[in-house]
Amino acid sequence: MANNFNQSSNLWVDTWFKLIKNNVGRIGLIFLCILLFIAIFAPLIAPYDPLDDNLMNRYKAPSKDHWMGTDEMGRDILSRIIYGSRISLKVGLLSISVALVFGTLLGILAGFYGGMVDMLIMRVMDIMLAFPSILLAITIVTILGPQLKNAILAIGIINIPRFARVIRSSVISIRESEYIDAARALGANDIRIIVFHLLPNSLAPLIVQSTLGIAEAILEAAALSFLGLGAQPPQPEWGAMLSDARSALQRAPWVATFPGLAIIFGVFGFNLLGDGLRDALDPKI
Amino acid sequence: MLNYIIKRLFALIPVLIGVLILIFLLIHFIPGDPAISMLGEKASKEQVAEIRESLGLNEALHIQFFRYVNRLFHLDMGRSILTRNQVLVEISNRFPATVELTIFAMIFAVGIGVPIGILSAINHNSWFDTLCMVGALIGVSMPIFWLGLMLIWLFAVNLGLLPSSSRLTIGIELNNITNLYILDSILQGNFKAFIDSLKHLILPSIALGSIPMSMIARMTRSSMLEVIKKDYIRTAYAKGLKNRVVIYKHALKNALIPIITVIGLQVGILLGGAILTETIFSWPGLGKFLIDAIYKRDYPTVQGVVLFFSLVFVLVNLFVDLLYTTVDPRIEYN
Repeated sequence: MANNFNQSSNLWVDTWFKLIKNNVGRIGLIFLCILLFIAIFAPLIAPYDPLDDNLMNRYKAPSKDHWMGTDEMGRDILSRIIYGSRISLKVGLLSISVALVFGTLLGILAGFYGGMVDMLIMRVMDIMLAFPSILLAITIVTILGPQLKNAILAIGIINIPRFARVIRSSVISIRESEYIDAARALGANDIRIIVFHLLPNSLAPLIVQSTLGIAEAILEAAALSFLGLGAQPPQPEWGAMLSDARSALQRAPWVATFPGLAIIFGVFGFNLLGDGLRDALDPKI
Repeated sequence: MLNYIIKRLFALIPVLIGVLILIFLLIHFIPGDPAISMLGEKASKEQVAEIRESLGLNEALHIQFFRYVNRLFHLDMGRSILTRNQVLVEISNRFPATVELTIFAMIFAVGIGVPIGILSAINHNSWFDTLCMVGALIGVSMPIFWLGLMLIWLFAVNLGLLPSSSRLTIGIELNNITNLYILDSILQGNFKAFIDSLKHLILPSIALGSIPMSMIARMTRSSMLEVIKKDYIRTAYAKGLKNRVVIYKHALKNALIPIITVIGLQVGILLGGAILTETIFSWPGLGKFLIDAIYKRDYPTVQGVVLFFSLVFVLVNLFVDLLYTTVDPRIEYN
């Protein structure tokens, strides 16, 4: 048992070292650390209250007082972007958690039991995949109402099939392995086999999918908020900030520029980390 | 091949039934009375009753569903609350605009993405390769609505080079034949309309095509890198063939399958992206129509457009699957 633990902990240590040796992974990790730092310490870093409006200060260009300028309500854009990192991270983590939990559960059931269960689950997944993902998210939010929590749920739901497919194919490839037969011969029941054998051995693709999924979730949430279907004013969500900026493009382009760069920063970081993790967790490399 | 197509079409039936049920239930999942939701709280009882009647909401759920399916078989998607026209007519009026935009975005994505991927692979690990791949990853990470806004700001607002909204400048006349303006202007020999509609297409096509372009570039590069290492490429070089012949005749042909897969997958991204791009550029296509319908709570239109989008998506994916045989004769369908 102790040996097993050492082996698995070595695997994660190895992965960690591979990740930080890999240029792409290392840069992704740095981006993510910066984003996390900004989100956690937002009240200490942000120079102003993100909701504090001052109409006398409308559309002020970037200056010493307001590094990224102000928006149509005179709010400091830098402070709103800093606080917006909390929303984007929350959206990414929560929505992918929803997808991860339900997608993993459905994928394992489909892959492990096969037959009718597999057919039924995967047909439902096919139906969900018959919609372009943002369209499905828009449809779900239309039903539930335009709110950030509904956008999170919608993004979670649209990502379920991707996780289900990844875990299903992984389970199918290992369910006939000898160690699964051995576990069964030792009297292990289905739940034990799933929890202690199938799940740990399917973790690598899940981790990669989750990291890349967070990047996509941040983009999708920003898109929904941009369309007015996600975060609502005056929440400092990056996509919603871009939506507000549309009318002032000529007068104050900085209102649109900086929230967009913030989105790219966050999504780019998670994409780099996902690519790095894919390499680090690939036993062939 | 024909057997395979028939088999695939049959396999689509359960998916399409599921899609139909989901879209039908859309209106029933809305919390509260959908009729009040459409008309607003201030609506009179008579108005609510009229809408309920016209949408058939007073019937039992299964009867409503069968009526809905029956109407669809008669190409009746209901009437738009907003325009009072048949939803299918509205869709057919707007769909060509989305098709035109999607085609041009795809031309941009493939036209730039594939050469960049090839050049990156040929110059593997060079500064050009690094630059292109970082650029491609940024492209994948970039919200298209932000890129759209930046393009408008630079090329329309600041430089005044290109228009930022609609499909044709007011005052330029063009008769609708196919409603694809580029094609219509060519058919009518209307050069002025051709140039004008082309100008209107540039910015939205770049915005919409940016993510697919990045993905295509990444896939082309990795697929080419894999093929370039193969023995037959080394043999081709050993035979003294020119670099260009080896790359384009031997390597690219064999690297095409994953590239075509990724191009096919972009259709979903393009259709979804069209919703955002059309909203930014006031492009009078199906995506903008859907968003307007959502804002105005015109649920019959939302149902119709979502159904139409998913049908197109499913059929295009099928078409891409079938395209593989043409590209790679080694793939056999049984």
